[in-house]
Amino acid sequence: MASGLSEPHLLEQVGAVARRSVIRTIRQRGLLVFPILFPLILFAINGSALSAATRIPGFPPVSYRAFLLAVPFMQGALFVAVTAGVDLARDIESGFFNRLAMTPVRASAMLAGQMGGPLLVAAIQSVIYLLVGIATGVGIASGVGGALVLLVLSVLIAFGFAGVGTLLALRFGSGEAVQAMFPLLFVTLFLSSSSLPRNLLKVSWFHFVATYNPASYLIEGIRSLVISGWDARALALGFGFAVAILVLTIGLSSLAMKNRLQRS
Amino acid sequence: MSAAPAIEVENLVREFKKGPRAVDGIDLAVEPGEIYGFLGPNGAGKSTTVLMLTTLLPPTSGRASVGGYDIVRDGAHVRASIGAALQEAALDVILTGREHLMLQGTLQGIPRADRARRAQELLDRVGLSEAADRRVGGYSGGMKRRLDLALALVHEPRILFLDEPTTGLDLQSRTALWAEVDRLAHEDGITVFLTTQYLEEADALADRVGIIDHGRIVAEDTPENLKAEIGHPTVEVRPADVSLGEGFASALEGFGKQVRGEDGSIAVQLPGGEAQLAEVVRALDAAGLHVASLHLHQPSLDDVFLAKTGRKLEGSSEEAEEPVEAPSGRGRRGRRRG
Amino acid sequence: MRRFASVTQGVAWRSIHNTIKTPSVLVPSILFPLFFLAAFAGGLSKIAQVPSFHYRAGYTAFQFVFVFLQSSAFGGVFTGFAVARDFDSGFARRLLLSAPNRGGIIAGYTIGAALRWLLTGTVVTIAALIAGMNVDGSGIQLIGLLGIGLVVNLVAALWAIGTAMFLRTEQAGAVIQMPVFVIVFLAPIYVPLNLLTGWIHAVAKYNPATVVLEAGRGLFDASPVKVALAFIVLAAGAAVMAAWARRGLASAERAG
Repeated sequence: MASGLSEPHLLEQVGAVARRSVIRTIRQRGLLVFPILFPLILFAINGSALSAATRIPGFPPVSYRAFLLAVPFMQGALFVAVTAGVDLARDIESGFFNRLAMTPVRASAMLAGQMGGPLLVAAIQSVIYLLVGIATGVGIASGVGGALVLLVLSVLIAFGFAGVGTLLALRFGSGEAVQAMFPLLFVTLFLSSSSLPRNLLKVSWFHFVATYNPASYLIEGIRSLVISGWDARALALGFGFAVAILVLTIGLSSLAMKNRLQRS
Repeated sequence: MSAAPAIEVENLVREFKKGPRAVDGIDLAVEPGEIYGFLGPNGAGKSTTVLMLTTLLPPTSGRASVGGYDIVRDGAHVRASIGAALQEAALDVILTGREHLMLQGTLQGIPRADRARRAQELLDRVGLSEAADRRVGGYSGGMKRRLDLALALVHEPRILFLDEPTTGLDLQSRTALWAEVDRLAHEDGITVFLTTQYLEEADALADRVGIIDHGRIVAEDTPENLKAEIGHPTVEVRPADVSLGEGFASALEGFGKQVRGEDGSIAVQLPGGEAQLAEVVRALDAAGLHVASLHLHQPSLDDVFLAKTGRKLEGSSEEAEEPVEAPSGRGRRGRRRG
Repeated sequence: MRRFASVTQGVAWRSIHNTIKTPSVLVPSILFPLFFLAAFAGGLSKIAQVPSFHYRAGYTAFQFVFVFLQSSAFGGVFTGFAVARDFDSGFARRLLLSAPNRGGIIAGYTIGAALRWLLTGTVVTIAALIAGMNVDGSGIQLIGLLGIGLVVNLVAALWAIGTAMFLRTEQAGAVIQMPVFVIVFLAPIYVPLNLLTGWIHAVAKYNPATVVLEAGRGLFDASPVKVALAFIVLAAGAAVMAAWARRGLASAERAG
């Protein structure tokens, strides 16, 4: 081996892998259209189709669109999860993963770097959803500061969801398996307070599921910044669950990454 | 005192959970600067051996050292000493050739100041300078293989693993790759461990050849010595009427060892050399047997394989469903490895 | 006619056979409607308290009809995915070469789609009944709903098959399903038409899916409305999509 080679610093490894992830995202811009557009289409349809819900006794005194704005951020996070997972699965299937495994790259660097592109997408789509919401007349009760906090929370949620996609990719090594999980994750969003406040969920089992579904608290955290202003409890639960999901998924992904590398 | 082998393998075994032993106790040693050809049909265990020696797959038992480092205990040192171009080109179609080399250079620890220069050097060397800034998705198969080789050389390894590097390439690309591999070994002194299912590749390139079948090495020596061991030319007779195969076998009994082909042909060794060809023709004529074709072969590695295993190497579709495991121990879908 | 029948039978048999051999392919088409039923009927049941919401059979039944017909539409869409996969794998070319009557290929795929949907529809219906759904329609009316479902399935399948034959690649998936998704979701799925406001009311009013959905709901709670119109709309849709599928087939034939 040539002299002068030393094991690169962790940050340098992360940067190299992340750079590739970002380049791939930028060069496949067309693939971003559907994941960004689909939640907005649903927002437009449901925001109008369910506007009668505001007439349910006990519904918060806001427009249904304002109530619903939190949901696209969650749906966008799901697309980020699938993208992150499919990209990694494709690397595994194609053997590119092995190529990287032959270098001194650390498992943590591989994991963190792979997130580069998905996180960029999460940031871009969060800004788009926010701007579309504002453009359609939704006011952000917590002001400019709250909007920034909303963006941070949204990206944090997307990061945690990206961990889910990554975990699935490392576990199954197949893009198809990751995509097959997506509908289940998508439906999990429905079994929450995405469409109505939890106190208006009449069916007892549904109320029960929504109460224990972390997605409810993530949505309510974002929603509170839009319709309530600064709700410390909702924010604490929202950020708390976002961080917990992130720690759990990234932790499990790290183990899965080390296992898949399985180098001596 | 001779230098220690660059690659040393002792009773290496790899078993999979639901299947036969893909590698069933192989021993080999590759000297520094040597091109070692690992020849065998699909499913023989070639790629599994490479995966173990490159530390991507742990062995079930046995030991091996690469570059003086144990593949199990000193994996990181092994990887630092080797370059590998595995069976798939394993490239990112979205990145350019140059970006691949820069990424590889960064991860291999090449100082920032040297990366661009090293990338250009390798691009020039493998003839990809003009295509360097095009996305790999637009590269031909030959270009991808050349980039693959360049990536394996980024950190100037002393040992290079090439797993079926010319499979699927056209003749021109193949010849160019052979020339480069030959130069790497005989001018730069790099040890090359090359797996192939192509006889002419092993014949043309390898200093020594190990023939593997069903996970075991059945023969090992220089190509010339292996062929000389067979020694005798072989005549392949294809009967005009395949149903008369027994008659042919009977008529040719007085000559050397016979092997029946799946297509009804009969290959018979000529201990007396080429001169016996006329006697073969006379014997068949005397028996009133008509031939569709008659070919005289000088010994080839295919004949060596035939003599050792009773089967031909070329066209041999190895039906052993070798379950291929990705490095994590999980199966990679649908891909059979040698 | 005999050739048409034999090709139809062969293609339909393969479709059903493949489904039986790999039942996991049915899982998404069964799970999705069940989840939607659970999510909408369970999560939005308070909608029934909105003044002017009148549906005698209750909100679960209101959502059931939507989910029932939506599963029918997407059952047709999934058939298009299978056709696209056949082109990607090369099997479609084999079919085109060997079928003495190529129209039978389309018919075979649609029959396969209908049979698979009947299974899905049965599961969804059983699930809704277990959830305590009221059924107010008479036997004839319920058969009418089933008839609507079958024609919806046919229309969607013909659209999907035609599109798959035009594009001849699995990448056609998004193109196949998006229009169906948009048409379905721009109908009064959560509340009746009279409770929609704004732009969506204007769109839903002229959406042919609205007529079909309202007819289905009317049959289910024994207050049939616009049934004849729904069947006329569906018949027209089937005719248009049959022509579309035929053109798709011609495109595939020309491509070789």
